[in-house]
Amino acid sequence: MMQIHSERGWNLMFEALQYQFFQNALIIAVLASLASGMIGTYIVIKRMSLISGAIAHAAFGGLGISYFLNSNPLIGGIIFSLLSAVSIAVFRKGARVDTLLSFMWATGMALGLVFIFLTPGYATDLFTYLFGNILLVSRADLIMILILDIVILSTIILMFNSFLSVSFDEEFSESRNTNVTLVNIVLFSLIALTIVATIRVVGIVLMIAILTIPAATAQLFFKTVKRIMVGSSIITLLAVVSGLYISYYLDFATGPIIVLIIALIYVLSLVISGLRTQKVPKVSCEDNDFVFMEVRE
Amino acid sequence: MKRKAIIKLENVSFSYNKGDFLNNINLTIYEKDFLGIIGPNGGGKTTLIKLIMGLLKPDEGKISLFGSTSKASRESIGYLSQFKNIDFEFPITAMEIVLLSRVGRKLFKRFNSQDMAAAEAAIKSMGIWALRDKTLNELSGGEKQRIFIARALANNPKVLILDEPLTNLDFHIQEELYKILKQLNKEIAIVIVDHDLQMVSKYSKEIVCVNKCKMHAIKYHDANSLRAGLESHV
Repeated sequence: MMQIHSERGWNLMFEALQYQFFQNALIIAVLASLASGMIGTYIVIKRMSLISGAIAHAAFGGLGISYFLNSNPLIGGIIFSLLSAVSIAVFRKGARVDTLLSFMWATGMALGLVFIFLTPGYATDLFTYLFGNILLVSRADLIMILILDIVILSTIILMFNSFLSVSFDEEFSESRNTNVTLVNIVLFSLIALTIVATIRVVGIVLMIAILTIPAATAQLFFKTVKRIMVGSSIITLLAVVSGLYISYYLDFATGPIIVLIIALIYVLSLVISGLRTQKVPKVSCEDNDFVFMEVRE
Repeated sequence: MKRKAIIKLENVSFSYNKGDFLNNINLTIYEKDFLGIIGPNGGGKTTLIKLIMGLLKPDEGKISLFGSTSKASRESIGYLSQFKNIDFEFPITAMEIVLLSRVGRKLFKRFNSQDMAAAEAAIKSMGIWALRDKTLNELSGGEKQRIFIARALANNPKVLILDEPLTNLDFHIQEELYKILKQLNKEIAIVIVDHDLQMVSKYSKEIVCVNKCKMHAIKYHDANSLRAGLESHV
């Protein structure tokens, strides 16, 4: 009985694979997971969820305009998200940064909605951009997301130490004559590109989840940025691929399913890491190799 | 023998929002000085340090480091800021913290054997080599402070500037760190902002008191004459 069941499971898995759209979806799943897993790590350790949310919603404005003009929506998304990322990187130290973020968030959204409403036959597409459906990805999207991924990953590899230094302590980096503003502009631009690469997977509204929760989950188990990046990418990939299959067989948009899986993994990880820390006793002072010398008067 | 001036502030004024903050400050720090900076909260101690580090720009006056006003010259200063901007939950090891001080101007920095050796020497000089793979949140307060001093030392600075490095540390650790600074002072100048008058007067050679518009150099022989000197100024 079990055998029949598992055989049927395998068949279902391979049945989906023979379709081109499903293959595309799987490739996008891998690409989006790598980018968002790595960039999400910076967003979590630098506590930039709101900034990412603002960039994502601003991207929607460009997306809508592109859609109205009948060009590839992702191109408008790239332009708008990059513009907002750069202006946040430059003006974020100002007193009105909160206003700036809210402005981008709501204006981008409104602009996107207006232009999509102006375009005939908007209904299904609107839903796709807002909540994601990786099963509806075209070949052109796939190539564009592949290019975005190459840019994102190679920049992270090249600038890893600059990103880490500026993320950890901006003031100290500045005292060492690191170009903090430039590093932030590049990092925020990568966030923008990652958002565009991920829109097809989870959509604008659910974007925050895929950008932050897997990295926060990985941070429960790993203690250095590189490991958190790997862990976070794997968690995202697991969630996206399993979400993909579930959506395919339930005939349901992928975004919400993927986000629910990510949330479930996070809650389970919280429980597991909670149990783990209870078992392991805290390291006492004596266990450290270094002991302070006694002070004599 | 005349000592060489390494940091020189001439008629420096700075204000945050049009109100006078630091007004017409003159200060010269010489090589191998051990200078304590004291003053009331909000008196401008941190502002003074940030001006020296070029993190704030003076409204008027001139600040020269090692005889130069270019930004490059601040690279010869080891800087330790207040802890309030540091996220102690940041996933980073002690070794990484010290190594990152060598990123500097290079956007695509890769660490080479020279960087590794410099970081190792700096960490060893603080006696915490065994803790190099610990993450920031695994270190005690005193250990954290040593790592941050090691970071400031990793580029062979000519002067070490520390902004309230001892806040929230217990007495023994404070004393221990002062002894380390005293040792370092044989080679380099030390500038330290501290609340603890007793401690700072015990170790430093000179003290300046910063209180908004006024700044005073105070000569003293012991804690009592320092207190008397302070009372006449503040």
